[in-house]
Amino acid sequence: MTSSTETVSTQDIIDYATRLGDDAIVIGHRLSEWVSRAPFIEEDVAIGNVSLDFLGHARMYYTYAADVSNKQNGTDDVTEDTFAYLRDERQFQNHLLHELHKGDFAYTTARQLLVDVFNKYFLGQLEKSSDETLAAIAMKASKESKYHCRRSKDWTLRLGDGTSESHERMQVALNDIWGYTHELFELDELEQRLVDAGIAVDCTLLKDSWLKEVTAIIEEATLTVPDQDWAVRGGRQGYHTEHLGHLLTEMQFVHRSFPGAKW
Amino acid sequence: MQVIPTKNSTQFEREQFRRNSEFPELWDCLDQVKDPEIPALSLWDIGILKDIERQGDQATVTITPTYSGCPAMDAISEDVTIAFKALGIEKTVIITELSPPWTTDWMTDKGRNQLRDYGIAPPNDVVGDHEQPLNSESQVLCPQCGSADTKLLSEFGSTACKALFQCNSCHESFDLFKHI
Repeated sequence: MTSSTETVSTQDIIDYATRLGDDAIVIGHRLSEWVSRAPFIEEDVAIGNVSLDFLGHARMYYTYAADVSNKQNGTDDVTEDTFAYLRDERQFQNHLLHELHKGDFAYTTARQLLVDVFNKYFLGQLEKSSDETLAAIAMKASKESKYHCRRSKDWTLRLGDGTSESHERMQVALNDIWGYTHELFELDELEQRLVDAGIAVDCTLLKDSWLKEVTAIIEEATLTVPDQDWAVRGGRQGYHTEHLGHLLTEMQFVHRSFPGAKW
Repeated sequence: MQVIPTKNSTQFEREQFRRNSEFPELWDCLDQVKDPEIPALSLWDIGILKDIERQGDQATVTITPTYSGCPAMDAISEDVTIAFKALGIEKTVIITELSPPWTTDWMTDKGRNQLRDYGIAPPNDVVGDHEQPLNSESQVLCPQCGSADTKLLSEFGSTACKALFQCNSCHESFDLFKHI
């Protein structure tokens, strides 16, 4: 916690807030793809609400990044939209897990369980950040995250311990996704600097609690925690899967076609 | 044992804060501005109105969002600005404050009653400890007929702040405003 002002730049804060916004907006958009396609009407509404929560988190992180950016550069034209709509694939730094396609409902459920439990622990730590704005965002998001976790757990139990078809699909999904979870618990130089300054969350310390909780839920759902050791990395460096480009195309199309349009 | 009904301490603090304000007419004015998603409730009664300051023909209003993705915030800002124009306030700045995060404890007693009359069960109408997470056994007093024989249909209702229930007595489905 010493000499934080010397080692951390304002740009570091902007980059970190942007990354967290990227994670939130990408998963939020992915979930929104289920609206009107969920298994039944109540779930349609629920998944839309969860999606909206993530969009709200993204807006808070991006707005903060924009504020700091404007102060740093003496500008006033950077907004949350600049980050959401006017950056390309290589500039997004979300974890790959968030961008994977929506798949079938089991795939979405399995991914969401892993993401929601991660967020619960992550936000719990970000609440203690020495950066007051990030801590305030985390406190707000944390409350919502608890509801997300319960919903994901319920669906995992229902599908895992459901029919042989739903069980099979859940297991396939977990096996397909598991290799993308490892990068959630790694730090690059930027995040290490911010961890040392008491601003960022040390994700390496979250893995044990996360693994314990998801293992308990997966096993209660009569499923098996995958034991493959392959891992895909690169999201924080802007190296993405083929899925992100398609998502951004859809998400950014209106804004880029009609710059500055309002209604 | 006699139970004396008391306001929770956060509600009491809010009321004192409002009473001590230099601009009571502005607070009263915003009693007319309702939450666009739940038009039965004013911004004050739902608990998102935190502070009002006036500097001549300008005002600053501090609001805290219920849920972070709440799509009503823009409409609320517009409604507040329009309401203040009538008082000769030309410019209204809306500040969104995230910390401390909004809690349903800030909802007034009047707001809770209005919510129930409107057909939405307030957070404290959950049978038992309403601060505990909902589960499939959770029961809520039906805002239509008052029965406690109800079932949870979905943890997420028509907006993120609500859960969907159905009454087994009168068979109406209804929203519960979740404790948060």
